[in-house]
Amino acid sequence: MIITKATRDAFGQAILELGEEVDNMYIVDADVGKSMRTVPFQEKFPEKHINVGIAEQACASVACGLATLGNIPIISTYAVFGSMRMVEQVRQSACYPNLNVKIACSHGGLTPANDGGSHQGIEDMGIYRTIPNMTVIMGADYNSTRKLMHEMVKNHEGPCYIRFTRDPVPGIYDEDAEFKIGVANKLRDGDDVTIIAVGDVMKMALDAADELKAEGINARVLDMHTIKPLDENAVMAALKETKGIVTVEDHNIMNGLGSAVSEFVCEHGGTTVKRVGILDKFGESGPYDVLLKENKITVEEVVSKARSIVK
Amino acid sequence: MTEERNRVVLELEEKAIDMRQRVLTMIHKAGSGHPGGSLSATDMMAALYFYEMKVDPKNPTWHDRDRFVLSKGHVAPALYSALLAKGYLEDDEVYTLRKYGSRLQGHPDMKKTPGVDISTGSLGQGIGAATGMALGLKRSQSESRVFTMLGDGECGEGAVWEAVQVASKYELDNLTILVDFNGLQNDGFMHEIMPLGNIANKFRAFGCEVVEIDGHKMNEIVDAFDQVRDIKGKPKCIVATCVKGRGVSFMENVAKWHGVAPNDEEFIVAMEEVKEGLS
Repeated sequence: MIITKATRDAFGQAILELGEEVDNMYIVDADVGKSMRTVPFQEKFPEKHINVGIAEQACASVACGLATLGNIPIISTYAVFGSMRMVEQVRQSACYPNLNVKIACSHGGLTPANDGGSHQGIEDMGIYRTIPNMTVIMGADYNSTRKLMHEMVKNHEGPCYIRFTRDPVPGIYDEDAEFKIGVANKLRDGDDVTIIAVGDVMKMALDAADELKAEGINARVLDMHTIKPLDENAVMAALKETKGIVTVEDHNIMNGLGSAVSEFVCEHGGTTVKRVGILDKFGESGPYDVLLKENKITVEEVVSKARSIVK
Repeated sequence: MTEERNRVVLELEEKAIDMRQRVLTMIHKAGSGHPGGSLSATDMMAALYFYEMKVDPKNPTWHDRDRFVLSKGHVAPALYSALLAKGYLEDDEVYTLRKYGSRLQGHPDMKKTPGVDISTGSLGQGIGAATGMALGLKRSQSESRVFTMLGDGECGEGAVWEAVQVASKYELDNLTILVDFNGLQNDGFMHEIMPLGNIANKFRAFGCEVVEIDGHKMNEIVDAFDQVRDIKGKPKCIVATCVKGRGVSFMENVAKWHGVAPNDEEFIVAMEEVKEGLS
């Protein structure tokens, strides 16, 4: 069943399931447990839950200490705090010693729309992409996020940043869909142009592909849920088999998915890459769709960029 | 003091002399490093590794060991001197500090050095990691304890106090914080750069059981460990008044020696002085 919900709800559900299966997992909260949907976990597994209060630096350091004992700590906070307030703790105490620390953050991108610019984490994936040993992922919807949580905890070793939305995002995947960290999912096949998207804007990429189809343009759509390590095979295939690439992300246009794809493409023969993303400016309070429009993160823009590549 | 106690203290003092010589040798050979803070920490480090901590150099990752986190990671030579003296490392590795390919990095690296329980070097973080270790050990009903050493200047980092709050909330009586209170930081005297007031009272206010000692009197160090060992329900903190550069007359209380290596001439004098156990 396809589910349209905020992906932070998938986090809350996944940790409840994982709590049953994974004995050495901890949730380390920093006073946003209600919002992060960790309260049911806390009630069910009080011995596996820690809340350090409004102290993100301690939150990260405590998680790293837990990881040295062979535990799998999951830091639970918002993207702005999880990628900035505690970034140096994560760098020094998780990434540098390559410990199995997971950082789970809601309020990624523009989805905490009404909270305004202070709470919209638009730089987070770019920040973590530049730190050695770090893996960076974001699911497109509820079902994929739930599955990626399972993958991250059960089949991934080392520091990993996973990002969620505060607000509901359209469902795309069936609950049985399979995911592997570092391997893109091909949602549509096509050999005219490739649309590569990450996270909550996946539906936009699919809608754009549908519109292009009506014009006779076959667009390949890739769900690049892991922006680091990038699925280079998938990008290489897009480079060779289609006329160009449009990237779409709810993240600053610098150093996110579009940059990762461009870096690879430039060094492997090159093709046209057009990026759709936040236009290097802060957001404000307002409806999510209005904020996206302000940044030209729209189906029309994706279609127009794709069309310009093909024609 | 009983005769037995006297013997224990005397042996630890001899260990500390041996470790000071290793500290100086390391830093002199490396041509860079932090002698001042290393020498102020050496006596406590000797007591930790040769009196208080339950560790096994043959099995550095033994699950039931006590853990040590050098929060003031720049005094890595003091920690390495203990690991060398204890047998975690080969004796001639004393000459490899800060060399390319060495197991002895400029700051402690758990991936490279056996006996290092977590990588440190960025101030204010080690105590948080130590808190996480202590919490995890307590949650798993382990008897193992965690020790961490902070610099007094390091206590300027807000993250230190976040960590102490967490340790107090979770009643981490398996955590002991040692503060190397030598009154100097990188840029000069603490009372000029950033006065921290009464550090002992700050730790008390944050919920710790605090003992104040002279960090160079071995009998006081050993007594402090004995005194706090069995206290339940709260983290322990030993605030040790120390002298930066302790044991080398021209280094003592001189801020310049925070991060400078002795030249050949200074090294020879320094080695002689620490051998005599200058006080």
